[in-house]
Amino acid sequence: MSELHDPPTAQQLVESVREWLETDVFPQVEGRLQFHTRVAMNVLAMVERELELGEVQNENYSAGLAAFQCSSEAELAEQIRTGALLSQDAEVEEFVMNSVIEKLRVANPKYLRDE
Amino acid sequence: MTAATGLEGITQLRRLTGGASRETWSFQVGSERHIIQRQRLTSPRDMHVEVGVLEAAYAAGVPVPRVLASSRDISGENPVGTQFMIVNAFEGETIARKILRDDEYASARKTLPAQFGSALGKLHRVSSAVEGLEDVDQIAFYQEHLRDCGQSHPAFEIAFRWLEENRPPVGRRCLVHGDFRMGNLIIGNEGLRAVLDWELAHIGDPAEDLGWLCVRAWRFGGAGPVGGIGAYEDLLEAYGEASGEYISLETLRWWEVLGTVKWGLMCISQAAYHLTGSVRSHELAAIGRRVCENEYDALLAIRELKKGKGSTRV
Repeated sequence: MSELHDPPTAQQLVESVREWLETDVFPQVEGRLQFHTRVAMNVLAMVERELELGEVQNENYSAGLAAFQCSSEAELAEQIRTGALLSQDAEVEEFVMNSVIEKLRVANPKYLRDE
Repeated sequence: MTAATGLEGITQLRRLTGGASRETWSFQVGSERHIIQRQRLTSPRDMHVEVGVLEAAYAAGVPVPRVLASSRDISGENPVGTQFMIVNAFEGETIARKILRDDEYASARKTLPAQFGSALGKLHRVSSAVEGLEDVDQIAFYQEHLRDCGQSHPAFEIAFRWLEENRPPVGRRCLVHGDFRMGNLIIGNEGLRAVLDWELAHIGDPAEDLGWLCVRAWRFGGAGPVGGIGAYEDLLEAYGEASGEYISLETLRWWEVLGTVKWGLMCISQAAYHLTGSVRSHELAAIGRRVCENEYDALLAIRELKKGKGSTRV
C-alpha cells in the first residue's frame, strides 16, 4: 500500500507533541494540571504504540478468531457465554489471555507481570 | 445555615467538591470542623439512606463520621433547600500513593491490614435491617451491565463462567460498604481514622467488601494484596476476631475476581461519560484503556486458582 501523506508519520507527529509536553509543559505545572499533563503524556505514548503495533495486532486477532470459526469478537464472546466452545476451553482461554496481553502491550506494557 | 442546623458561630465555610449527586462543604464551629453535604435533585439515591447507614455503622463501633444533623425535608421549611447531612470532619490522608510510600505512614502500614479487617468485621455484624437498602445478586447485576455496555469482552465472559461455576455457598446477608478501599479511608500516622463514602452501601455477602479491598487496582502499585500493604492472612485473621466469622481465602479470592471484573466494567462506564459527551475529559477517555488491566488480572487469578485452590501467590 502506498503512502499518500508526507513525513512526519502520524506516529512521529504524536511523538513530537508528547516530547513537548514532557520537556516544556510538565516541569512548569503542578497539582491537578500536572496530573492531567501526565495523563496526556501517557495517552500519547499509548497512541504511538498502537500506531506501531496495531495493524499487525488486528490482523492476528482476526486470524485467531477465525480459527474458532468466529467472524468477530462479539461472536466469540457470545459462544463463551452460551458454552458453545466448552470442548475447546483451554485453547479459548489461552487465545483470550494472549489477546489481552496484546491489548496491554499498547495500553500499559508495565502492567504485565513476568510469567 | 444556623437556622437549618441550630449550630451557632459558623466560620470558614468553603466548598470542597461538587460531585454529580451532591455538594460537599467544610465549616468550623469553634475549634471543631464539620462537613455538610447537600444532595442535588438529580441524585439517584436518597441521601437519607446514607444517614441510616452511617448511624448503624457508628453504633456498631466502625470508625465513621458521626451524623450531627440531617434533614430529608425538601419543602420550603428546610432552609438548606434540599436534603442534607452534617457530620464531624476527620483530619488525615486519603491519597493512596502517600499512604503507601511516605515515611510518616510506615508504622500505620503495619497495623492497617488488621484494622481494615477489624472495621469490616464490626460493620458486618449489622444485619440487613437498614431502611432503603437493596440486596442485588452481584453476578447477575454485572452480567447485565456487560450485556448493556455495547462492547464485547471475551475475557469477562470467561470470568463470569468461572464465577458461576465456583460460586461460594450464599452466606449470611449484612450491611456491606460497597467501596471499602484506599481513597475512601482517612488514615493518620497511627492508622485508620475513618471510613468514608458510603454511597454504594448495600445488603450483601460479607466477603464482598474483603474481596474488593484486594482488587489489584486498589493496591496502587503496592506489593501486598490487601490495599497494597498487607497479606490476605492479616486481613482474614483480624476480620474473624472482630466478626466471629472466619472467611476462607478461597471465598475472599472469588470475591476478588468478581471485584476485578466489576472495576473493569466500571472503567467502561467512566470512559462512556466522555464518549457520550456528558463530560469531556481525556482522563476519563484513558480509563477505557484500563479495562484490559482487569481482564488480565481476572484471567491470571482464575488460572492460579484453578491450579492450586486458594493459592496465596500474588
